[in-house]
Amino acid sequence: MAATFQSLGASSSLSTPNSFDSKLFHVPRPKSLAERKGGSLFVRSDLFPDNGSKLKVGRAGNLAVNAVATKGHSSSTASKPGHEVLLFEALREGLDEEMQRDPCVCVIGEDVGHYGGSYKVTKGLATKYGDLRVLDTPIAENSFTGMGIGAAMTGLRPVIEGMNMGFLLLAFNQISNNCGMLHYTSGGQFTIPVVIRGPGGVGRQLGAEHSQRLESYFQSIPGIQMVACSTPYNAKGLMKAAIRSENPVILFEHVLLYNLKERIPDEEYVVSLEEAEMVRPGEHITILTYSRMRYHVMQAAKTLVNKGYDPEVIDIRSLKPFDLFTIGNSVKKTHRVLIVEECMRTGGIGASLTAAINENFHDYLDAPIVCLSSQDVPTPYAGTLEDWTVVQPAQIVTAVEQLCR
Amino acid sequence: MSLIQLSKNQSLHAALLLPVTNSVGAHLRRHFSSTETDTRTLTIETSVPYTGHKLEPPSRSVETTQKELLTFFREMSLMRRMEIAADSLYKAKLIRGFCHLYDGQEAVAVGMEAAITKKDNVITAYRDHCIYLARGGTLVGAFAELMGRRDGCSKGKGGSMHFYKKDSGFYGGHGIVGAQTPLGCGLAFAQKYLKEEHVTFTLYGDGAANQGQLFEALNMAALWDLPVILVCENNHYGMGTAEWRAAKSPAYYKRGDYVPGLKVDGMDVLAVKQACKFAKEHVLKNGPIILEMDTYRYHGHSMSDPGSTYRTRDEISGIRQERDPIERVRKLILSHDFATEKELKDTEKEVRKEVDDAIAQAKESPMPDPSELFTNVFVKGLGADAFGVDRKEIRTVLP
Repeated sequence: MAATFQSLGASSSLSTPNSFDSKLFHVPRPKSLAERKGGSLFVRSDLFPDNGSKLKVGRAGNLAVNAVATKGHSSSTASKPGHEVLLFEALREGLDEEMQRDPCVCVIGEDVGHYGGSYKVTKGLATKYGDLRVLDTPIAENSFTGMGIGAAMTGLRPVIEGMNMGFLLLAFNQISNNCGMLHYTSGGQFTIPVVIRGPGGVGRQLGAEHSQRLESYFQSIPGIQMVACSTPYNAKGLMKAAIRSENPVILFEHVLLYNLKERIPDEEYVVSLEEAEMVRPGEHITILTYSRMRYHVMQAAKTLVNKGYDPEVIDIRSLKPFDLFTIGNSVKKTHRVLIVEECMRTGGIGASLTAAINENFHDYLDAPIVCLSSQDVPTPYAGTLEDWTVVQPAQIVTAVEQLCR
Repeated sequence: MSLIQLSKNQSLHAALLLPVTNSVGAHLRRHFSSTETDTRTLTIETSVPYTGHKLEPPSRSVETTQKELLTFFREMSLMRRMEIAADSLYKAKLIRGFCHLYDGQEAVAVGMEAAITKKDNVITAYRDHCIYLARGGTLVGAFAELMGRRDGCSKGKGGSMHFYKKDSGFYGGHGIVGAQTPLGCGLAFAQKYLKEEHVTFTLYGDGAANQGQLFEALNMAALWDLPVILVCENNHYGMGTAEWRAAKSPAYYKRGDYVPGLKVDGMDVLAVKQACKFAKEHVLKNGPIILEMDTYRYHGHSMSDPGSTYRTRDEISGIRQERDPIERVRKLILSHDFATEKELKDTEKEVRKEVDDAIAQAKESPMPDPSELFTNVFVKGLGADAFGVDRKEIRTVLP
């Protein structure tokens, strides 16, 4: 089950199965690489259906099976050919480019320097930029997060890596009180342009403490932004945007997604921190997801299309604040919402999203929002049990069938 | 709790003051004037010798001038008066929430400031009113912030525990005990990263000295030779618990183990100044150092704490009689005829008036506008706005 999404590759692309509209068959230049105007780069996102910031692949042929792109069909992507990278390499590229561009960007974390990063995200950076800019810390999350925040108060832009997001629970005080609130309590005197990043989520039998989803714990902290990357393209773009943002940004990566491969543009691009990504436009139901669950959803979408459904899949990407604009437009079109997330049922991102959609778009809903989340249990070690903690594509298919009845 | 009471305790205890030399003339009577041409210097021995841990302590003889002593007197009186006034305002319910007063500990703030520049950074915990003042904060800014008004240093959104002044290197103002120590090391890290020849003073209390993050931060600071000076303001009580009940080893200056330490009499402003100067030079060459300031607070931990349930009133008044920092400076000034008693009293009156005026001005300041509830949550810029459902177009501009 978990192996299947690997074969999807990361070149998840899309086309509407309904109409062979020439409008949609335009040159799939990534929308995020827009007009360059005198030194500043605009990241422009148009309204639906020309969804922004996503590589599009035009496709001819039988539309019913074109729900999910598979590897090998990503030929005519951009004006330039681009290059293939794995997701962790994309993160590294983004980090490298930003470190080159701004000498104030530095990396702080365990094993990031000489070891190259436990997931190879910072490999080679220490040799390139030196030990001070890529700082190996002792195993003291609370204090090195605090140190990063203190450095940010003076104007440095540290990228703090938690080896696993779960370890950042030790730094919760620093993240909540100092990172999130200092800009407010100082009346705007200090900005904290940190990026806190790390892998989280349920992996391959890593055990309960190493399979945590911290987005649900951090989501209430005022003053921070949270984003979750899911493809090499948006990983690099979000990393760059997060580093350039003046706000503290928490970038959630996923342990199982580091080896996804995708072709990304050669030229520089950034991705907006508050936009959702339209993965697959559709008509019948809106499926909201993020991070690893995107791949489970796309897997389910294949089955659903075969059964005749037309799901619209949106990768929300921005966990705080929610991109209610994109989501709202989708809800207004399809009138049915399914949320698929990896957080636990209680107090997760899905719970907040359900509340937000209910409050804002209640009149547009034809059916109650269904939220598929992980079970409220510590993630067990046994493989079969672990599979049952997270949402599987079969459950998604069932949920869609029930909702669209 | 008034100035009258303070001056009553004044008596010339010669034993406390040991002037070693008096360089210019002998007991020339000079009236207090604020001219810059003052050249009378003085070398005073600190009342208590320094104790060092893994370092050679600085000399006990401190050089000072008439002007400096008079400035110290004025500044400390101002701080004392401000804290007493804050006490009254709190009881009048104009200041709410938590209010942690610094009276008794003024010598640490004033002495430290005399040894450093505004380019050096200072970060402390919640007992920050006087350090804010020492770093160049205004009385109006302080009182307005305490009363939650718009003209406060943090626009009324921070409160007593969140005073900041970025342009003079004062980084606050933090409510969680000990959480400022990693931040302070971060400030020092940035100074090292940007190759500035400045230092960071990270203040914490004897209560925070038992926090794990302090030792984590100490380890990293020593590992990377960060220019941080960790100052333990040991007022012997961590909230309501005496230090002997909370710490196995009350020798906080030794707790750094591999980090050198120095124990200083925190009620002697000249000793503090000397120690901080010494520390700054030491740290720029050798990496972090711990300074333990032996000081005392007259008030309780905060205004909700009477301060008398865990210590006796005799203890408090005993310290006030024998070690009060302002009295010490007053005696020094009077014994060397740097000013007359009347002049000092006039200074105190001026200071009192200044504080009263500032309070009146702060009271005039309006409450923050309701729209301020939502400002400064995020910074405007790339990926900043928390938007609603009617956004029509997104456009972000890269810096």
